[in-house]
Amino acid sequence: MATIIETTTDPVESVDVDVVTLDLVENALRNARYEMDEVLFRTALSPGIREQHDEFPLIGDPEGKMVVGQFGLSIPDFLDNYDGEIREGDVLLTSDPYACGAAISHANDWLVVMPIYHGGRVVGWASMFGHMSDVGGKVPASMPTDARTIYEEGVIIPPFKLYREGELAEESLELILRQVRKPDWNRADLNGIVAACRTAGRRITELCDRFGVETYLSALDDLLQRNHDAMKALLELVFEEGKTISFTDYICDDGVGYGPYELKLSLTREGEKVTLDFTGSSPQARGPINYYINANLMKMFFGIYMITVADPQILWNDGFYPLIDVVIPEDSFWKPKFPAALSGRNHGIGRVFDLLGGLLGQTNPDLLNAAGFSSSPHFMFDGTYTSGEEAGETFQLYSIGFGGIPGRPMGDGPDGHSLWPSFKNIPSEYLESYYPLRIEVWETVPDSGGAGLHRGGNGVDVAYRFLEDGEIAIHDDRWLTYPWGVLGGEPGARGTKWLERADGTTEVLPSKCHGVPVRTGDLLHFVTWGGGGWGDPLERDPDLVGLEVLRGLVTVDGARRYGVVCDDEGEVDADATAALRDELRADRDDDLPVFDMGPPMEEILANAQEETGLPAPRPPVAAP
Amino acid sequence: MAYRLGVDVGGTFTDVLLIDTDSGQTWRHKTASTPADQSEGVLRGMTAVCTDAGVGLGDLDEVLHGTTVATNAILEQKGATVGLVTTKGFRQVLQIARSFVPGGLAGWIIWPKPEPLAALEHTVEATERVATDGTIVTELDLDDLRPRLERLRDRGVDALCVSLINSFANGDHEERIGELAADVFGPDVSISLSSRVLPELREYERTVTTVANGYVQPQVSRYVANLAASLADGGLDGPLYILRSDGGLASADAATDHPVSLLLSGPAGGVTGAAWAAAGAGHDDFLTFDMGGTSTDVALVQSGEPRIGRQTRVGDMEVRSASVDVQTVGAGGGSIAHVPELTRALRVGPQSAGADPGPAAYGTGGEHPTVTDANVVLGYLPTELAGGEIALDVEAARRAVQTIADATDLGSVEAAAEGIVDIVNENMFGALRKVSVQQGIDPRDYALVAFGGAGPLHANALGRLMGSWPVIIPPSPGVLCAYGDATTGLRDEAAQTLVRQFHQTSDDELAEVFDRLADQARGTLLEEGVAAEDVELVHSADVRYHGQGFEIPVTVDDRDGGLDAIATRFDTEHERLFGFLLDGNDHELVTVRVTARGPRPDVAAERLADGDDPVVAKRADTTIRVEGAETTAAVYERQGLAAGMRIEGPAIITEMDSTTLVLPDHVAEVHASGSLLITPVDHDPGEADTAAPTTDQEA
Repeated sequence: MATIIETTTDPVESVDVDVVTLDLVENALRNARYEMDEVLFRTALSPGIREQHDEFPLIGDPEGKMVVGQFGLSIPDFLDNYDGEIREGDVLLTSDPYACGAAISHANDWLVVMPIYHGGRVVGWASMFGHMSDVGGKVPASMPTDARTIYEEGVIIPPFKLYREGELAEESLELILRQVRKPDWNRADLNGIVAACRTAGRRITELCDRFGVETYLSALDDLLQRNHDAMKALLELVFEEGKTISFTDYICDDGVGYGPYELKLSLTREGEKVTLDFTGSSPQARGPINYYINANLMKMFFGIYMITVADPQILWNDGFYPLIDVVIPEDSFWKPKFPAALSGRNHGIGRVFDLLGGLLGQTNPDLLNAAGFSSSPHFMFDGTYTSGEEAGETFQLYSIGFGGIPGRPMGDGPDGHSLWPSFKNIPSEYLESYYPLRIEVWETVPDSGGAGLHRGGNGVDVAYRFLEDGEIAIHDDRWLTYPWGVLGGEPGARGTKWLERADGTTEVLPSKCHGVPVRTGDLLHFVTWGGGGWGDPLERDPDLVGLEVLRGLVTVDGARRYGVVCDDEGEVDADATAALRDELRADRDDDLPVFDMGPPMEEILANAQEETGLPAPRPPVAAP
Repeated sequence: MAYRLGVDVGGTFTDVLLIDTDSGQTWRHKTASTPADQSEGVLRGMTAVCTDAGVGLGDLDEVLHGTTVATNAILEQKGATVGLVTTKGFRQVLQIARSFVPGGLAGWIIWPKPEPLAALEHTVEATERVATDGTIVTELDLDDLRPRLERLRDRGVDALCVSLINSFANGDHEERIGELAADVFGPDVSISLSSRVLPELREYERTVTTVANGYVQPQVSRYVANLAASLADGGLDGPLYILRSDGGLASADAATDHPVSLLLSGPAGGVTGAAWAAAGAGHDDFLTFDMGGTSTDVALVQSGEPRIGRQTRVGDMEVRSASVDVQTVGAGGGSIAHVPELTRALRVGPQSAGADPGPAAYGTGGEHPTVTDANVVLGYLPTELAGGEIALDVEAARRAVQTIADATDLGSVEAAAEGIVDIVNENMFGALRKVSVQQGIDPRDYALVAFGGAGPLHANALGRLMGSWPVIIPPSPGVLCAYGDATTGLRDEAAQTLVRQFHQTSDDELAEVFDRLADQARGTLLEEGVAAEDVELVHSADVRYHGQGFEIPVTVDDRDGGLDAIATRFDTEHERLFGFLLDGNDHELVTVRVTARGPRPDVAAERLADGDDPVVAKRADTTIRVEGAETTAAVYERQGLAAGMRIEGPAIITEMDSTTLVLPDHVAEVHASGSLLITPVDHDPGEADTAAPTTDQEA
């Protein structure tokens, strides 16, 4: 438990804050949070943060409760786990999930936490973490897909003072940077994160000057209360007292041959409280896919999903946390035992959103989306230049792929987009100017989005031609289980990766692999998965299906899944379409399934080799 | 006698301003805009103003024109049917875009994805490939492409765009496709090549900019050609110039070739007009604040020069094109206040009542409480607007605002109205901070120029939030854009993307590029008849540390200082903006740019006669509400004010197209140039206001 040193300790009087001042403070907090993003984007060097925005800001109240932020970290858990004094001018850094109560969930994320002082008193916290492209360890990018322990995943930074009362701990920083492959990236990105936190600190002290500390802090309490009250009303409206609902989804494999892992989430409301329970999920994985989830983060994920449709303008904060209990079983996928490997947890985080969709959609039709592009698959490429003016220098790429947004109540899912906020793809021209790569294809895969009244978004095929020898690594999932459809919508297509070697041979790559050697002239196809469809595909406007054939988003064969007969110009044959739709309707149940997860799991496993080119994983066993 | 005529077409009104450049005497005319063919309103207004002044079109030396034709084509989705040619494998470049979904976590659930300006069925691929360094990987196959272009032609494509991968490094394939397309489509179809429109790296941004260019081109060229022909028929000898987004003028031909550079022509006219008015009042460092019915534009002007940004945003679409760096917020007089049931928060905007149905007070069917209604409730707006054309319905405004009082704990309709005004002011305050504090600029060193229909009403309050004094209300704040059009000079720029670390280039190479770009930029002005000695060149470079994703634009004051001078200037800016340097990283030149500027026309400002006691212009006393209390404010008619008069707040100053509110403890001084300068009564111009926010460099 951290000891906070303040030179002013007399209690701050709580005052009444009118609704207008409250909204002024809310607005100013929102501006400060976006300014944090801006500072980091503009100064970062690693493509992961600079181009793709893999970072998360947060501003907290004096106790560390989030008053504005994206999500994705927890200051109270950090402070609970830090033994030491914290003073004005201190800036703390950690990358150890096991030492901060999973405030971050793998060692690539560097978390900075900074107290904000005003008149000798802590008035809040600024915090941000960013994904470092490399933190050392046995493979470039530091996410070995076969890791069994966190010791294989690079340098682990225990919580410590990067700045002690304004003084940089230079020796410690050099010691850390000596462990990583691209120290200039980490240094710049870390500088940017600290600069962003300091910017937030300035904005908060300005607010205290403008409104007075009493009003500012009382306003925070009111904003927290506003969330609490809104959520309380919403929970009672949406969930039936005492009734438990559940949903189960999967992670296909763990990188070392076991899978699929079952992820189960249940929800029960009793009185004003809702319990989210992960009991029934698979035990801790052997490979690095465990997602050590923080209970507060889970509350935030849940809250954001609940409210997005109700009041999109609201500023999200921690105020409703007392209304939610989270049960996370020990030694499970969600709470592995130290020192379990954690680096490949991105699939688990992503799948939380499919779990929430499948769970909450059962009682809230506005939230019943199909399964989407619930991951942030990684592609890594590293090596050494052999020619040109950079000969002898190493290169290292870490990038994130995108896929199909699912069919939604409001309409089709966009093709090849990000389910994560703020993320962007890296432009091909940027990749080609910084790496020995040529991008030969960057397009979405027709028919990969699930058929539905609202079509699921298509997955993306990016084809990388290698212009130097090197090694690649891939972190992806949904190669085996399907992105499910809802309300009669069909599942989307699964992802796949293959290499076309310069010598003409082809090999399918596992969805999680590293250290795969590639030679100049080889071509990698990195194909992501599509979103599931929403609603009955036979109800979709045939002319729209025809137009999408003309656009190359759906094929002539694929149009038949919608019961539409057309030519390759998208010209619809109305009679043949009516006949085909009648035939398809006659062959199916009248009641369309709420969830279509594809074939039964036994069948998926039995056909794995034939359909995917990869062997089925072995059933998970408890970690030794 | 020499005359310049500025004409600005806005959404509602077309404003015309005729200036006798010798005496500074002006004639103005305001007429309804004619959206179907803007040139009708333009001609009508021009004829009227010339008649007033007793001159003919033939007496005009030049006509300067700000237009929203390009902007409207995009906002109303009425542009061309655009065909697009991409490199094989990149057909879906606009479909995938940057894969970015706006909003927070779960934002994707409610995001309506806009349709691309070039439809996928009108996009074809060319077999060809250029590498990042400009070398050819795959030769262009024109035979393969021709039938695809013919198909696009047969499908009714009337603007063709070509955007190939890495064409910023080598535009040869695009040029050749352009020639083929000219052959296939004939002379009537406009052709935009990305290597000409925007020779910069990042394929999506370059493509969307090129496509936007093609999308608006047919309308812009038709419009400009019609207008030029009508003016010539009317006897105009002098040239017609169009105001570009970056505040410079372009010849009619140049504007037609590159219409994407006109997307912010309207706001640019406002900012250049503000620069003219502020200079007349003796200020050249200021923020501008242009508040209309649905949105507010703010910008920063340093040393009389508007800050130029590289992004232009219109509706949902963002293109890369130089424009006055305007921040827009969805906050205007028509913004609707509402209280979401679940959170009981008071929100203002972004929904707007617009002109139809309009605020409740207009009595034209609107029932939702708007910012204008709140101003009416507080007594800030006289009950007759726009010279008596619109009578305000106070009771309707009170009824509408009462709904907010009922839904919150604010108690009274007046308190609710004040709340609405405070919140909309805060939204605009956020935008002003973005262009000042967040750029490391201390707004207390800047004045604030307010215009647009609603700007002068909120300006005093924003001056107080920002600590920016004086607040300047230019003469005729509603026709300021036309002033901007009439008082700006010719401008052109040439740019090239290099992407070279400093160790990979040299002072000599830099000088060579600068020379070439300077010749190109200067050439345009020389062709327009500007004397060589009157052309002013500004050299600049977009620089970053090698590996960063964003550049900082650096003006090169000392061309002979070479790379070292640029590095020093960049480091200073980086330190100022972010508080640290990256000593281990080389600097990288990304884009080099030369801007050529012609002389600003010498337009004398009209001088007001001297006066003394403003009582001569006082029309009435009225009751207004400020900070929770009722108080009596004097109402003045602006027309009756003379130079040197001081109006102490609380006061309301009315004129045909705008209303100025002077708060208690503030005073408005009438400047001889016609502007009102508002300051706090106890304001010491030498000292910054300590209550205002601190900036980055101080922290």
